[in-house]
Amino acid sequence: MMSKIVRTMASLLILFVLIYGLYIIMHGHLTPGGGFQGGAVFASGIALLIVAFGSDNVHKSLKEHHLSILESGGALIFIGLAFGGLAIVFFYNFLVGSSIFGHIPPSGPNPGDIWTAGVIPFMNIAVGLKVLAGLSAILLVMALATTLMEVEE
Amino acid sequence: MTQGIPFNVPFLAVAALIGIAFYIILSQRNLIKLVMGLSILASGVNLFLITLGYREGGVAPIYTHAPAGIMVLPVPQALTLTSIVIAVACLALMLSMVIHIYRHTGSTDSEKSRIMKG
Amino acid sequence: MRKIAIAVSLSIFIAFLIATAFLIHPFGYPPSEMDDYIIENTQSETGANNAVTAVVFDYRGFDTLGEATILFTAVTGVVMLFRRKKREK
Repeated sequence: MMSKIVRTMASLLILFVLIYGLYIIMHGHLTPGGGFQGGAVFASGIALLIVAFGSDNVHKSLKEHHLSILESGGALIFIGLAFGGLAIVFFYNFLVGSSIFGHIPPSGPNPGDIWTAGVIPFMNIAVGLKVLAGLSAILLVMALATTLMEVEE
Repeated sequence: MTQGIPFNVPFLAVAALIGIAFYIILSQRNLIKLVMGLSILASGVNLFLITLGYREGGVAPIYTHAPAGIMVLPVPQALTLTSIVIAVACLALMLSMVIHIYRHTGSTDSEKSRIMKG
Repeated sequence: MRKIAIAVSLSIFIAFLIATAFLIHPFGYPPSEMDDYIIENTQSETGANNAVTAVVFDYRGFDTLGEATILFTAVTGVVMLFRRKKREK
């Protein structure tokens, strides 16, 4: 639990950090980034919360149970999309040319169109959820364990 | 060789990093320093993967508002992404095991935690 | 005794590393047939502007599946190591 200035600034800045992480996840097929990078930025926002407010206060609202559901959901969506194109081959991009996210960009340098790239945006969201939940769970569990160690000694 | 022996500075930097990492792993006794040595080894290997795919005067392999020029190779960058995530996961697991060893035996010296000797 | 063994093996290993750094291809001119094909055909086959994301999720999606499994296993191991015993009331 840090001083009042740190707590106020953290609660103002956490919103921008989380939005930035979700922006990197969603635009993974146009700009540098993707699922793994956006998930890491989101988890660093959770680290800001843990440092500013103390791990006990964060644990009151964010239990490991919810994070486990998010992570398993991300893994299941990823495998479900991989099985979607099984008629031709495993991991086939079956949405290119169809109606959902199916435009094909013109060749060469172009301003990006967000409704392109087939099944890749959904895979970005699934992997982003998985990395976000996994890294936040690691940070939360290790912070809780070290505060308990200080109480025991 | 028709063009002489190339003097590649990035590959020599990779050799220095991996050599320092192996010296740390072989000669230190403190557990936290061993974990740091493994992390330096992972960084050296990631640097090697990225510098394998550089083309002279190239730009990033992304077509959105791309400047003119040839593009560098995208496959080593994809392999490095995977390698970085795996290194982070292994580092988290190793550090939590070091915390547990410290709780059970009271010191971070690797010679004093051989409780199965004898 | 231990220091002599460390010094000998380490010097042989570093000699191999430095020899590799001189014998590998010159920096900046890699052999690149597969990557030329990927850079040519990314926009027509996958429809993505970002060639690195297309390689990670489309041309080599199986490696991403393996990496997601490793991340899941590591997180399970860390959370399992820090469980607290429940006290019965």
